[in-house]
Amino acid sequence: MVEVLERLGHTVDFPAGQTCCGQMHYNTGYQAEAMPLLERFVAQFKGSEAVVVPSSSCVAMMRDHYPKMAAELAEPGLKRDVAELLPRVYEFSEFLTKRLGLTDVGAYYPHRVTYHASCHGLRNLGLGDGPQQLLKAVRGIDLVEIQGLEQCCGFGGTFAVKNAEVSSAMLAEKTNAILNTRAEACTACDNSCLMHIEGALHRQRTGVRTVHLAEILASTEGGARVAAPVKVGL
Amino acid sequence: MAARSLMGDTQLRKNVRHATDVIQAKRRRVVDEMPDWQALRESGRQIREHTMLHLEEYLEEFERNCTAAGGTVHWAPDAAAAREIILRLVKASGSDEVIKIKSMTTEEIQLNRALEAVGVKAYETDLAELIIQLGQDQPSHIVVPALHKNRQQIRAIFQREMNLPELGETAQDLADAARRFLREKFLRVKTGVSGANFLIAETGGVCVVESEGNGRMCLTLPETLITVAGIDKVVPRFQDLEVLLQLLPRSATGERMNPYNSIWTGVRQGDGPQSFHVVLLDNGRSSMLADEEAKQTLNCIRCGACQNACPVYRQTGGHAYGSVYAGPIGAILTPQLQQMEHAQSLPYASSLCGACYEVCPVKINIPEVLIHLRNKVVKQDTAGVAGLFNAEAAAMKTMAMIFRSERRFRAAQRLGRVAEGPLVRNDGSGEGWIGWLPGLLGGWTAVRDLREMPKQTFREWWEERGTRDGQ
Repeated sequence: MVEVLERLGHTVDFPAGQTCCGQMHYNTGYQAEAMPLLERFVAQFKGSEAVVVPSSSCVAMMRDHYPKMAAELAEPGLKRDVAELLPRVYEFSEFLTKRLGLTDVGAYYPHRVTYHASCHGLRNLGLGDGPQQLLKAVRGIDLVEIQGLEQCCGFGGTFAVKNAEVSSAMLAEKTNAILNTRAEACTACDNSCLMHIEGALHRQRTGVRTVHLAEILASTEGGARVAAPVKVGL
Repeated sequence: MAARSLMGDTQLRKNVRHATDVIQAKRRRVVDEMPDWQALRESGRQIREHTMLHLEEYLEEFERNCTAAGGTVHWAPDAAAAREIILRLVKASGSDEVIKIKSMTTEEIQLNRALEAVGVKAYETDLAELIIQLGQDQPSHIVVPALHKNRQQIRAIFQREMNLPELGETAQDLADAARRFLREKFLRVKTGVSGANFLIAETGGVCVVESEGNGRMCLTLPETLITVAGIDKVVPRFQDLEVLLQLLPRSATGERMNPYNSIWTGVRQGDGPQSFHVVLLDNGRSSMLADEEAKQTLNCIRCGACQNACPVYRQTGGHAYGSVYAGPIGAILTPQLQQMEHAQSLPYASSLCGACYEVCPVKINIPEVLIHLRNKVVKQDTAGVAGLFNAEAAAMKTMAMIFRSERRFRAAQRLGRVAEGPLVRNDGSGEGWIGWLPGLLGGWTAVRDLREMPKQTFREWWEERGTRDGQ
C-alpha cells in the first residue's frame, strides 16, 4: 500500500502509536474494551489529511460504530473529533477509486487471479465493483470471476473458533469456488478473510495463494511477485 | 448452537441448500423487477417503527374495532396465559378437535402439546405443517417449515401416516393425498385456530396470507375461530397493507402476491365463524420495546428472507438453532423472548456478514442487534466472582490491555514470534506454518493452517526503511 501511494506521489506517514481499531472486541461483545481503542485511534490520526486503511472490516467498524461509541462516552470533544475525522478515513481501494478517481495505477501482474468481495467491503462500505475496476486495469492480469461472489468466507472473527464447524463448512464452499476458477491467487481488500482462506488452501495443499489487493497493485513490470508472503500485523 | 450434531446430516444440509437456493433465486427475480424496492423497504421500516412507537394506542384501537365488529379480544401476558385462554375457548366451543392454519405464534406457545394434554386433537392444515406434524418433527423455517425434507422423505411420511403404501412420488400425488386427508377434516371440525400476519387497528380486521387455500378453509368453515397473534402484528391503517403486502410475498416466497389474501373482521351473521376471538400475546415483546437498540427486532414481518440468505442457516438448517424461530431473526428474537441465559449462544451464531440486513424488507439491522446482544451476554458472563474465572474474558481483556499501549504492542509482537516457535513447521517450501493450536483455537486448526508471524512486521520494515532513507 505504501509503495502504491508513494508511486502515485503521496506522502505516507505511519503514526507509530497505532494498534487496533477494536473491531474484535466490539463484535464479540466486549464494547467496554473497545472504547479506549477508539480514543487511541482518534488521537493517532486526528491531524491526517486522509487515513487509508488496507482492511475493509476495520473501516466498517469505524464508520458503523465509532459515532455511536463516541456518543456513549459522552465527551463532546471526542464526538466532534470522530465526526470530523471519519469522512477522511478510506478503505484502500475506495481511496484510489473514489477519492483519487483512479482505476489504472500502473501495475503489472501476469497471473490468473480471482477476487473475493469481503462482506464488510461489499455490504457495509458499498465498495461495489471498485476493486474489480482496479484489477481490470492491471496489465498482464487474467481476472476470473468467482461463483458466489457475495457469499461470506465464514471467518467472522471469533465466529471461526466459536462455531468452527459451521465456519469450516462455509470456508469449504469458498475454497471450492476459488479452485473452480483455476486461479493462481485469490485477492481481497481484507487480510482477515485472506488469512482464513489461505489457511484452508494451504492445509489442502492446493498451491493457490492469497494476496492482498495492495500487493497486486504494488507489482510493476520486472517486479511481479505472486508468491510474496502476505504481510500480517502492523 | 447445536450445530455439531446436525452438520453430519448431509441429506438435510443438501435439502436446505437446494430449497434456499430456489427461494432466493425467485426472490431476486421479483425484487429486481421493482424500481422502487428500496423506497418500499424504507416505507415498510417507517410503518413498523411508527407502530412500535405507538403500540399501546394501536392495540387499543384494534381491540375497540374488533369488538365493535363482533369479535372478542383477549390479552395474554405470556405463553401460559395464552394457552389457558385458548384451551378455555376450545372447550367452550364444544369440540375436541381443532383445525389449524400455519402459525409460528402457536409454535412459540407450544399450543399443540397443550391441546393434546387435555385430549383435544389438533390438525395442521398447511401442507408443510402437516408434514411436520405427521413426521413428529419441528419446523425449521418461519415460512417453509418443512424445507429440510425432500419429496422422497415426505412421500415416506405420507405412506406411513396416511396408510397409503401405493402412493406415487410426484408433487401432484403428494398434494392429492394431503387434499383427501384434509378435506374431510375441514368439513367435520367445528373449531379453527389461526395465527395472523397483520392486525389492522383502523378496522379491527385480521389478515392472513397463504399459498394453498387451506387457510381460507379454516377461516370460513368453522363455527368458532380463535386467532392468536403477537402484539407486534398490529398495523395502524388498512392502507399500510399496500406496502407490507408488496414486501412480504416478494421477500418470503418470491411471489408478486400471495395466492390467498384473507382479511376477516369480526362476525357476520349467517356467514363464516359465528364466534370469533383474538388472543393478543405479549410473551416478552413489550419489554423488548424498552431496549432502544434491540426493539427493531419487533419490526419483523416474518418473511424468512434472512434465513434463506444466511450462510450459517444454509449450512445447518433451522433445527440447529434449538429455538422455534431460527436463522438470523431467530438469533435476535429468541434471546429476547426467552431469558438470556437460555439463549446465550444464539447471538454468536453469525459471521456478521450482513446478508440478512441486505434482504430484510423492513431494514432490521440484524448484525447490529446481534452485537448488542453479545454485549449483554458478555456483561452477564463477566459479572461477579464467576467472571474472574472466564477464560475468554481474560484473553479479551489482556489483548485490550496490549492494544492500549504501543510499547506493549511491540513487545507482544516480539513475544508472539518466540511463543509460536515450537508450533511452527516448515511446509517444505521454506515457509513456516502452524497446523495445530491448543484449546479453543484448535477450532481453527481443525481444517485450517495458520501462517507463522512475519519475520519482519510492517512496523519494523517501516522503521528500517526510515533509518535507511535517512528520514
